[in-house]
Amino acid sequence: MPRNGLFIEYEYCTGCHACEVACKQEHNFSDGMCGIRVDELVTAGPDKVHVDFIPITTRFCDLCAERTAKGEQPACVKHCQAICMAYGPVTELVKAMEDKPRSLIFAPK
Amino acid sequence: MAKGNEKIVNSTMWSAGCGSHGGCGCEIYVQDGKVVRVEGDKNHPFNMGRLCPKGLAIPQYMYHPDRVTHPLKRVGERGEGKWQRITWDEALDTIEKKFKDIREKHGAESVIFCQGTGRDIGGPITFLMYAYGSPNWVQVGLAGHACYTPRLGAMFATQGHYSVLDASQFLEKRYDSPEWTPPKYIILWAQNPAAGCFDGFYGHWIVDCMKRGSKLIVIDPCHNWFTSRAEVHLQNRPGTDGAIALGMLNVIINEGIYDKEFVDKWCYGFDELKERVQEYPPEKVEKITWVPKELLIQAARLYAGNKPSAIQWGEPVDAMPAGTVVAQAINQLWAITGNIDNPGGNVIARNSHGVTTYPFSSAELTKLYGEDLVKKLNEKRIGANDYPMIKNFRGWVQPDVLIEQMETGKPYEVKAAWIQTSNIIGGQAADPRRHYNAMKKLDFVVVVDLFQNPTSMALADIFLPATTFCEKESFRSWWQPLGVTVKAVDGVDESRSDWEINLEMAKRLATNPIKYNTVRELIDDRLKDGNTNFEKLKAKGCWEYPPEGHFTRPYYRYEKGLLRGDGQPGFDTPTGKVELYSTRYEEWGLDPLPYYEEPKESPAATPELYKKYPLILTTGRRSPVFFHSEHRMIPWLRELDPDPKFEINDKTAEELGVSNGEWAYIENQRGKVKMKAKITPTAHPKVITAPHGWWLPETEGKEPNLFSTWEYNINNLTSMGNQGKSGFGGTDYRSSLCRITKIKD
Repeated sequence: MPRNGLFIEYEYCTGCHACEVACKQEHNFSDGMCGIRVDELVTAGPDKVHVDFIPITTRFCDLCAERTAKGEQPACVKHCQAICMAYGPVTELVKAMEDKPRSLIFAPK
Repeated sequence: MAKGNEKIVNSTMWSAGCGSHGGCGCEIYVQDGKVVRVEGDKNHPFNMGRLCPKGLAIPQYMYHPDRVTHPLKRVGERGEGKWQRITWDEALDTIEKKFKDIREKHGAESVIFCQGTGRDIGGPITFLMYAYGSPNWVQVGLAGHACYTPRLGAMFATQGHYSVLDASQFLEKRYDSPEWTPPKYIILWAQNPAAGCFDGFYGHWIVDCMKRGSKLIVIDPCHNWFTSRAEVHLQNRPGTDGAIALGMLNVIINEGIYDKEFVDKWCYGFDELKERVQEYPPEKVEKITWVPKELLIQAARLYAGNKPSAIQWGEPVDAMPAGTVVAQAINQLWAITGNIDNPGGNVIARNSHGVTTYPFSSAELTKLYGEDLVKKLNEKRIGANDYPMIKNFRGWVQPDVLIEQMETGKPYEVKAAWIQTSNIIGGQAADPRRHYNAMKKLDFVVVVDLFQNPTSMALADIFLPATTFCEKESFRSWWQPLGVTVKAVDGVDESRSDWEINLEMAKRLATNPIKYNTVRELIDDRLKDGNTNFEKLKAKGCWEYPPEGHFTRPYYRYEKGLLRGDGQPGFDTPTGKVELYSTRYEEWGLDPLPYYEEPKESPAATPELYKKYPLILTTGRRSPVFFHSEHRMIPWLRELDPDPKFEINDKTAEELGVSNGEWAYIENQRGKVKMKAKITPTAHPKVITAPHGWWLPETEGKEPNLFSTWEYNINNLTSMGNQGKSGFGGTDYRSSLCRITKIKD
């Protein structure tokens, strides 16, 4: 079994929070529990202020095992409004990373 | 993905639930008669499988313990919070009797029909209102009617039609459509599209275009995600967008980089516009707007020199002083560069198949309800006789005139209100205290909603429980595609859809018999314009685009004779051309050419006041997890944005001794509210941004607290009565003055 993960091209993450609520709905999490969280990163450069958002998986992310077992996308990947997330074997995701600046891979499980 | 024995129902979303304006395709998962999950529909061209947080939180919204799911009547004093559950029969009988009595004694016009901007409300509410015989369709307290109607009116006058940025949404193959091309440059004008789907436009289509090569020019007083990725950021003083538009017109015209062929053939009044914009050289515009002239010139050159390019604009345009003038000038930018109804430009937007759900124009109102009726009702429509543009464009009441009329009873008294989808006191109205006082005096108030809110608690005599879109049948024609909302489950407890409620009420109140027995009959009748019906659309997956060559499908329809009633090429304006010199504005007694107007309160207009309130306040900052004043009670959403926060620049905060996360007052001469400081270099040092619509559903609902609306609703700092010359725009939602003070206790 290959190890699977999430590829996030955060260059395009707008911080809309769809991944977080998709995760809560899918797992029916309550009281702030969530498998993914989006952080805001504000950096003041010499000529402009940059705003980026970074989704980070938490220890509650199970990569939507029930969905992916049936060939479905994880709920966060499916609903990402910026379409900047992908699910797959980590080895494949690393290849995708080659030509994507500002990207991340998480392999939570 | 279905789990266990879940049933999947495909549908079209349009509030309530998600709240917003989008028409996302969704899959509703149902188990044992309950909605367990809502997911995006990958086959739907609108959202292509995606959904926003509000759409994804629908199960919590539907089955929330605070949702009102039975008709209620007030048994104590207004605002005491004493309610009694009653039957639908009792509720409807009471309303019928009251409304008939009021009509008999005071005339139908003394009842106002009040909506917000959620749900598919424009359809059902006009249906009921005209059946009853009132002309008074209103968004109470929406100063200057500052929400899209000013922009629609300006486009109607200028080009006869509405335009939106072309993100391929008018074609079913979307980004794969061979005739489409992405805009080379997108001007994001006063909008953060990541936060929602404003005016029927799915915000993340902008991101889709960026991935396909579109570059950005952003006009915004603050830094944000889009400005970080923009080639040019015009960081202007709030309220001065009109000067930016005029300055860009000046550069494009004087440098001769406009589309000469398009202007010669299809535009009227170019010489007059050219003369007018000479008053706005970049040096002068820099002084007004704080935008360095080099950046203004660069933006103008990039936009005009790269065809196709397109403009996506936001509500602040409507709220500007003279909002219809600012919108006119922006419209002229895409006109003189030939970016009308071209792929990747500002494509002409018409409601799919010519079907109307929500009437966006006088023509659609007339088509649905008849010319005689609409004309007759116009005689008593509030504000119509004060403002020719209000009279001759759509059918709205002018809200700033309404509040005066409610207070003075002149020329006639307002006696009752039917409030459906509108939290007037807690969200929509400027100067909510003034509206509270005026509406408290009404004889009878009905609220149709899903949750109690400050408005229903303060005013309602009868509360009727409405449904989310999962519990109702409806149809959607807002640009493209044509769609139907399919009922996945019955209304929770006794709740009913807005269409059901209004059809039933209309049958009881109509002066002419209603020809529909059921909502389905009404929907199918409306869908006849599109040669289809509910079942056919449902069988197709809930949506359909019009056929090739249809007048609601792009491109270049002005060349093909698809825009005018007479079938001739050209635009549906008096001259048949895009009117840079607007003969309609002239007829309405307005300046036919654009000009700049300074906000009523600003460092330039009121320097003395500015000494006392040295920061510019701009309100209405959007949260991606809330729709206006909705959703504060939904745990999955609230935990992502738990408190009302104002954004303040780090250096400004340091000078004031305010620390990050500290609760502080935002105040001006009209009032003060409490919010938490978010200290960030994204804020302009001279500008405070605040979100609107904050109330705390977890706190006491009854008076005087009214869910803490007086403490947190930023509109307590805004006012009515600043409307522009056209009756539209001119509010202080987006540009007034304030100061930040520390809370001492």
